[in-house]
Amino acid sequence: MAGPCVPPRLALGHGWFIHHIMLCGDNAVADNLAVDDITLERVESRLTHALAGFKLRDGLFHVLTLAAAWAVLILLGGVIASLVVGSVPAIKAFGVNFLTTESWNPVTEKFGAMAPVYGTIVTSLIAMAIAVPSALGIAIFLTELCPFALRKPIGIAIELLAGIPSIIYGIWGLFVLAPFLQEHVQPELIAAFANVPVLSKLFAGPPYGIGVLTAGIILAVMVLPIVTSISRDVFETVPAVLKEAAYAVGCTTWEVIRSVVIPYTRVGLIGGVMLGLGRALGETMAVTFVIGNAHRISPSLLAPGTTISATIANEFTEAVGDLYTSALILLGLILFVITFIILAISRYMLMRLHRQEGR
Amino acid sequence: MAIYKSRRRRSAFYLGLCYVAVAIGLGWLAIILATLLFEGFRNFSLTVFTQMTPPPGAEGGLLNAITGSLIMTTLGVAIGTPLGMLAGTYMAEYGRYSKLTFFVRFINDILLSAPSIVIGLFVYEVMVVRMGHFSALAGAAALAVIVVPVVVRTTEDMLLLVPDTLREAARALGLPRSIVIGKVAYRAARAGLVTGVILAIARISGETAPLLFTALNNQFFSTNLNAPMSSLPAVIFQFALSPYKEWQHLAWTGALLITLAVLALSITARALQTQRPAK
Repeated sequence: MAGPCVPPRLALGHGWFIHHIMLCGDNAVADNLAVDDITLERVESRLTHALAGFKLRDGLFHVLTLAAAWAVLILLGGVIASLVVGSVPAIKAFGVNFLTTESWNPVTEKFGAMAPVYGTIVTSLIAMAIAVPSALGIAIFLTELCPFALRKPIGIAIELLAGIPSIIYGIWGLFVLAPFLQEHVQPELIAAFANVPVLSKLFAGPPYGIGVLTAGIILAVMVLPIVTSISRDVFETVPAVLKEAAYAVGCTTWEVIRSVVIPYTRVGLIGGVMLGLGRALGETMAVTFVIGNAHRISPSLLAPGTTISATIANEFTEAVGDLYTSALILLGLILFVITFIILAISRYMLMRLHRQEGR
Repeated sequence: MAIYKSRRRRSAFYLGLCYVAVAIGLGWLAIILATLLFEGFRNFSLTVFTQMTPPPGAEGGLLNAITGSLIMTTLGVAIGTPLGMLAGTYMAEYGRYSKLTFFVRFINDILLSAPSIVIGLFVYEVMVVRMGHFSALAGAAALAVIVVPVVVRTTEDMLLLVPDTLREAARALGLPRSIVIGKVAYRAARAGLVTGVILAIARISGETAPLLFTALNNQFFSTNLNAPMSSLPAVIFQFALSPYKEWQHLAWTGALLITLAVLALSITARALQTQRPAK
């Protein structure tokens, strides 16, 4: 496919333009134009002006859109720069130790990012462990098993759910999920794994309801629609011929999925999962409601913890002192760098899939 | 024969797991919506739209929060949309094959999913610190930063759907490029462009994190753009975590309002998209 159009070449000669009008049979115009050379010259000069105006407006619009495109880049640059500038005091005060210190004490102004970073990673991993298999299951159902009449409604429902703001999931987690887990699930987990070597540590302590596990589950519910809709789109790129060939040599449905669909879409699936992971890592409100905001690393998944975004959301407006604020901004910078890398990988993977598709 | 049977069983087993995933996943999301509708409507009354957010322990409404949300969302969209549209126009029309477009597309897709709380920090650094106080204006700016990538993305996608033959026909008549874009490309892609803006509104109407430390919150009715302003998400956050029953009820009602608004917007966007005339 060629480019849209060649650059403006309006200097075709306005004589042509007038001739064109005459050819069009607009006699009134043609008569007026052809009266004498003086009128003709006047018209020509007016046309030249009009064309120059067009050219100017054209150039302005081009420059304006170009500037807007650059502005998007500058926006990202601005975000990074402002975070870096804001976190300079904290970087000076703590250096690399910021990442390896667990304590977070506003009174003595000793800050370390280890607990929030740990919480962020653990909650996201729990979320992914739950959401990815379910999302793949739903996507397989939608592309391979679902009756055609139902495909569209279910697909639309999932996309609508992906748009529901995270604070809704948060309030539901706080008022419904946490009490339910506290009463019915967590005591059982603690009792069931009490004598199992490793798991007893993971599921130890009193059932608070809120905590790392609850946050992970809420995140999973939130990320589920996103990963599902991407996996479905990705599965739909598999050419029917490949699947039909596999069925023709006698594969069962599962074997087709296992050996044709998934290998063909592997790159795109990784991209989709990474996108979900990026969302989970940066998610704020859903987590803030249910994580308990405790700055410590506990081996138990039932204990309260914190994530980077929850720490910022909870403490930023109450932070007194430059160092405290700066430490929170440094946390934000760390979060941004992590998600940026994850999202960049995700985009790269999805882009590769598109290229493969266009082959 | 035995192998065949075991393969069949295996297939049935894994496909069964898929059905289980569907039941759990969709069921779970249905439960969330059902709870939301139930709790939201149970405490719903028209005073929600006529009264201010109450002090602890009293009855009240969400009028100031709703107004604040509307003001900041409108402003955010008004600031973010032109920028996003122009950038999207460049990417689809002028620089379709340029390196810059490729790069902006990549960055834009990342901004699209970047954690919104970081956007809040950015606007705090750039505006709140400079101005010395929290303000609705800063809140609107934070929302605008979130609007931009959404609009850039849809504008580019929708303009690329416009067939080049239309542009070439217009150019063949001697129309300058800016007019071709304005009168032909925009017009052909109008439904799609509107969809993008609606999606952007849906996206920011539930955003909480970037408002927490830009617009902060305000217990009272205020339309002053230079002062802290209340917003639905911020009120939900504050009220839900409070120990007061009345506040928690209002938080549910607010959550219901936001969800209904977002769903209505998304459905409208979808309807517009499917209505797009075929070429």
